[in-house]
Amino acid sequence: MNEERKGLIDKITNSDIWKSIFRHGYEKTGRRYTLQVLQNVWLHLHPPRISRHALNFRFTWCMGGITFLMFLVTAVTGVLLMFYYRPVAEYAFRDVQALEFDIPFGMLLRNMHRWAAHGMVISVMLHMFRVFLTGSYKKPREFNWAVGVILLLITFFLSFTGYLLPWDQLAYWAVTVGTNMARATPVLGHEGPFAPADIITQSNDVRFALLGGTIVGPSTLLRFYILHCIAVPLVASLLMALHFWRVRKDGGISGPL
Amino acid sequence: MDNFLLLITKPDNVPILAMLFLIPFFIWLAYKQARQTDLTGVPSDAALNDKVYVWPYLCRNEFICAIIIMLILGVWSIMIDAPLEEMSDPAKTPNPSKAPWYFLALQEMLVYFDPWIAGVVLPGLIIVGLIAIPYIDINPKGKGYYTIKERPFALAVFSFGFIVLWIVLMIVGTFLRGPGWNIFMPWEYWDPHKLVPLTNVNLSYLFGIRDDMTANFFGFAVVAGYFALGPIFYFWKLKSSKFLQELGLVRYVIVSSLFLCMMALPIKMILRLAMNVKYVWVSPWFNI
Repeated sequence: MNEERKGLIDKITNSDIWKSIFRHGYEKTGRRYTLQVLQNVWLHLHPPRISRHALNFRFTWCMGGITFLMFLVTAVTGVLLMFYYRPVAEYAFRDVQALEFDIPFGMLLRNMHRWAAHGMVISVMLHMFRVFLTGSYKKPREFNWAVGVILLLITFFLSFTGYLLPWDQLAYWAVTVGTNMARATPVLGHEGPFAPADIITQSNDVRFALLGGTIVGPSTLLRFYILHCIAVPLVASLLMALHFWRVRKDGGISGPL
Repeated sequence: MDNFLLLITKPDNVPILAMLFLIPFFIWLAYKQARQTDLTGVPSDAALNDKVYVWPYLCRNEFICAIIIMLILGVWSIMIDAPLEEMSDPAKTPNPSKAPWYFLALQEMLVYFDPWIAGVVLPGLIIVGLIAIPYIDINPKGKGYYTIKERPFALAVFSFGFIVLWIVLMIVGTFLRGPGWNIFMPWEYWDPHKLVPLTNVNLSYLFGIRDDMTANFFGFAVVAGYFALGPIFYFWKLKSSKFLQELGLVRYVIVSSLFLCMMALPIKMILRLAMNVKYVWVSPWFNI
């Protein structure tokens, strides 16, 4: 029986189709382990080998990886949510209600999206804390730390733009409070210091540019939707690629050497 | 008390509740490893040159970690529903109106500074300061391992900023700020009619200055003195030291300015809470 099964497995893994997909064999050698990483598009950002201490959970806290995982979860659940959601003031709230009550697993989908987003904010902050505590921003990783700071801001901004989309009281007023700050921007906000009163008004300052109006309204909803679903994730993806690439180019994960 | 229970079990506050445990846990974990390093010295090179294959060793770890996190997220998503209040109404302002929880430290700053400082200048400086860290911290030690002894100043400043000025203020903003943005202790009832007399006065007033022009110059002198005297004093004291030679004047000015900007928040908090100081510097264009 066992012999039979082994023969079958061999037959499958030696077939032309299988070999066209997976180019490495399955022998337990260093060469195969190396090829498995090098020849896989999803794994090839990893080096073939790393120092043993990089496996240590106590050292890395695994927070960078968790942040990326949370981003992937929000991307997948976010795309699914987009099938049911229209960023129009008349529909937005009703669509979220429909997600909760009518659509199979709609509530679970929304929960996962929201909690993964919150989780991402927590893990990205802890990731920064860990990187600071281990002095991992020091030469030659200065630039990657700067990219990381921008990614931290992007995480906040992604979460913040998403906060408005349910279009309920919680969303509306949290975003009102958050964006009210922009009107106090020096020079560029109509209530900020040094703003020329006859030029900068409440309908052309930075807050107006952010909201698409003088208060949070339908055009804000559309703006935040596009920022949340397309513009910011795109920038985030590009910077993440840069961030991961630089981790490797700057000598891999930091260690005492 | 019922109100507080309601508050801490709000679905959106779960992350903050989680952080009440996560932050102390990770501080403890880092501290344990830092003390180990400080006692026994930096781990030797031999152990670190020990390389392992990414497949299967690292990939296995990543996979296990991903499964555990997805399990936690799955349970969290099944157990707790995302909040949805009534439909938005621009005519109905809730009291208190709170920003999302991760911005509450910024909103907390609004109590102590005008919006242009609390909402624009200080957040901008936080970003600039964070990016500047690797370029102004010239200490080559403590790279890639936990330690306290080798970089006490950097750790103290960052930990103070992150833990006290970011996390603690966030928790205060979430759990203790009620209607009218007044402080309510957990056992207190959130009374929307609570009146807190505003008896704050400007710093110049405390010093007996009543004339606007004099007050303006007095405020300018205090703020300028705050940013100049300390740095000049230390510069004069340390000017021949090796540390300052390596740091250089430009870096020294940046470090001291950023540090003093950060400390302006706790100083203003103390001035406000202990002495009812409203503004330190009142000028015709802005107030600080």
